[in-house]
Amino acid sequence: MNGFGGFVLRRAIGTVVTLFAISVIIYLVFYATPGNVAQITCGPRCSPVQVHQVAQQLHLDDPLYVRYWHFLQGIVVGQDYSTGTSVQHCSAPCLGLSYQTDQQVTQLILTKLPVSLSLVFGAMVLWLVLGVGTGVLSAWRRGRLSERMLTGITLAGVATPVFVIGLVLMIVVCGQLQLLPFPQYVDFTDDPEQWAWNLLLPWFSLALIEAAAFARLTRASMLETLAEDHIRTFRAYGVGERSIIGRHALRGAFAPVIALNANNVGSAVGGAVLTETLFGLPGIGQELVHAVNVVDLPVVVGMVLVIGFFVVLANAVADVLYAVADRRVVLV
Amino acid sequence: MSLVEVTDLTVGFGPLSAVDGLSFRLEKGAALGLVGESGSGKSTVASALLGLHRGTGAVVGGAVRVAGTDVQRASDDELRRLRGGKAAMVFQDPLSSLDPYYAVGDQIAEVYRVHVKASRRAARARAVEVLDRVGIPDAARRARSRPHEFSGGMRQRALIAMALACEPDLLIADEPTTALDVTVQAQILDLLHTLREETGMGLLLVTHDVGVAAGSVDEILVMRHGRAVEHGPVASVLGAPGETYTQELLGAVPRVDASRESDGGVSDEVVLEAVELRREFGHGKRQFAAVDDVSLAIHRGETLGIVGESGSGKTTLGRMLVGLLEPTTGAVRYEGRAQSGVSPSVQMVFQDPVSSLNPRRSVGESIADPLRARGERDEGRIRGRVRELLERVGLEAAHYDRYPHEFSGGQRQRVGIARALAAEPRVIVCDEPVSALDVTTQAQVVALLGDLQRELGLALVFVAHDLAVVRQVSDRVAVMRRGRIVEYGPADEVYESPQDPYTKQLLAAVPALDPEVAARRRTARRELTAA
Repeated sequence: MNGFGGFVLRRAIGTVVTLFAISVIIYLVFYATPGNVAQITCGPRCSPVQVHQVAQQLHLDDPLYVRYWHFLQGIVVGQDYSTGTSVQHCSAPCLGLSYQTDQQVTQLILTKLPVSLSLVFGAMVLWLVLGVGTGVLSAWRRGRLSERMLTGITLAGVATPVFVIGLVLMIVVCGQLQLLPFPQYVDFTDDPEQWAWNLLLPWFSLALIEAAAFARLTRASMLETLAEDHIRTFRAYGVGERSIIGRHALRGAFAPVIALNANNVGSAVGGAVLTETLFGLPGIGQELVHAVNVVDLPVVVGMVLVIGFFVVLANAVADVLYAVADRRVVLV
Repeated sequence: MSLVEVTDLTVGFGPLSAVDGLSFRLEKGAALGLVGESGSGKSTVASALLGLHRGTGAVVGGAVRVAGTDVQRASDDELRRLRGGKAAMVFQDPLSSLDPYYAVGDQIAEVYRVHVKASRRAARARAVEVLDRVGIPDAARRARSRPHEFSGGMRQRALIAMALACEPDLLIADEPTTALDVTVQAQILDLLHTLREETGMGLLLVTHDVGVAAGSVDEILVMRHGRAVEHGPVASVLGAPGETYTQELLGAVPRVDASRESDGGVSDEVVLEAVELRREFGHGKRQFAAVDDVSLAIHRGETLGIVGESGSGKTTLGRMLVGLLEPTTGAVRYEGRAQSGVSPSVQMVFQDPVSSLNPRRSVGESIADPLRARGERDEGRIRGRVRELLERVGLEAAHYDRYPHEFSGGQRQRVGIARALAAEPRVIVCDEPVSALDVTTQAQVVALLGDLQRELGLALVFVAHDLAVVRQVSDRVAVMRRGRIVEYGPADEVYESPQDPYTKQLLAAVPALDPEVAARRRTARRELTAA
């Protein structure tokens, strides 16, 4: 297969292979480590009978590859779990069962994921607009006072932790000025308007920090492009500065911005723990931290897999966008 | 009123004075060549004509009038109308002079719409029209291509098309053919000539190559250190130069019609031999042979010139001869024995004297490398030998501890030669050793190589794209095209009675110093392409 379609297909296959490899590694890390896996999975308050049950369900007597096979089978076609008396069916993609809460991991993730995705994609729009906008402005006004002030502000943005920005925003906007209620997650399907109002502050807190990185990257890429010969060509042909900045120089910043954005989106799905915690958003990050604290192994494994999925997916999308942005990219 | 009037122009970058009191005029429809070596200020003058120094911190003095616009006093808007509208510029490197992200036609249309009130559609149509005018085949389709899908020559044509879009009165061409192969160079120069005949626009041609100017302009202005050395009709400046510098400059230009002053030091003994060399690159469908079935013999004390255009495989061949690349099939034999890998007896001098020396090490250390590689451990002896070599190539022994950036291009190439000599080779393969140098420096380096050859009985393989330089230095010549040798024989025979059509085409493309010869060659080229 050649051409763009072939490239997308090959990239998709690559993504699946990568995900498979990730699942193997995660499985090995969590289930093939020394110690009584059944006891750990079940939790500290399990009776020996329960532990024995868990050991059976995890097929701990079988060789490692058979166990992994069952795990994979669960993800692809689903699995049945017996909890002593009743049998619980866990349909595909089944990431297992939390023995501590008797909850299916997939269900748990599905309740948390919309929160995280709402947070990340909303913040992404903001950080792209703010970051790239600031970058363009400071590339345009390079060397002048306004540019130095912008650079200073973005530098401060990089250096300020999210819990400082978030707290200050909350105290000022919600406390002092009472412009917004203290954030509380509302589902998009319940009330889109309240959803947006409540997420506004979390979006800003997350976006302000990320925007700083985008501003610096945009500025640097644009200045690099501005020093290139083809910019001289357009200047020598009377093309105005606005066009040179907005059309030619900005275009050169697309590819690096896409790459950085993919990384940030991918890692923020599971990594925006601070923002989620600060604003009390029940997202993936917060749940993962909780699961780690109580050593709820199936939940941890499931969450890590899902986070890995988003990181890999974001990078695959970035590769495709990269090829669209720069036609010179050799499609292999 | 003249098209261009430059009066007492000065341009300074900080403490550096790039142009120092230059005055000239260019009448409507006339062509002026601005000729000089690197650092002479010729490109700075070209930029000053369009006011491109504005806002860069350069200090510009004097008066510049172009097509009725006082460039110094013009408002930004007036200046923008001048740029591209009345005077258009074509730059040196067509590879980097177009925006890689946009279609070529769109870039031309964008420039057109800056100057002419036109719809997007009309501007695109104009772009296709000018692309067609400069000889881009299937212009309507190719207008949608991005620059990287064009060859070097086509990119330069596209830039010329951009220049033509608004029908300017003046075309400024800054080294328009320097990055191009000689046959493509001839095509571009011919195109400029034809366009000038048809549109009556004036031409300011900035070039380091006197030959390029000779065939394309009516008047020539020789620049040095930011000043005019000599200015006059092209025939008289080149035919009977009045100034010493012009004489030196012309004397240094290698002539394609003058054979090597042979010194008879060539023996029949074969030192290095290539036997049916073939080298492939890439895999699967993208596999191709960069060098294909090449057999050569290099005799003691002779210079074998290998000449070809970019992509002809000459560098790959040179690298195989020194053992930097293994051939896919075939063999390199040194004194009759098959060689594998590098050996001290066959050394190489590289093209780019800037990047072929480690900037973080002193030149003495670089030259000492081959000595250390051979197992020499005595620091005193190493230093002594390096000093000797430095002096031998015309540098000073005290230069041992200096770093590459402290040297000029020519001096760096001398360092490269000293490094090659350190291993006491019998053969030196020089890959484009002078193509990055000015003609006067070029002549000095060529003379040095000749001296070393006589003195040490060296065999030289001289790989270059410049037919005149190759003729100047070579006893025998091999002409390469697409990995194969198309013609191989004594230099005089190859140059005076070429057999292969490609060799003929190459020779017809070489710029001539005599305007009359240049005109004759242009006619000959037209006939060759018509045939």
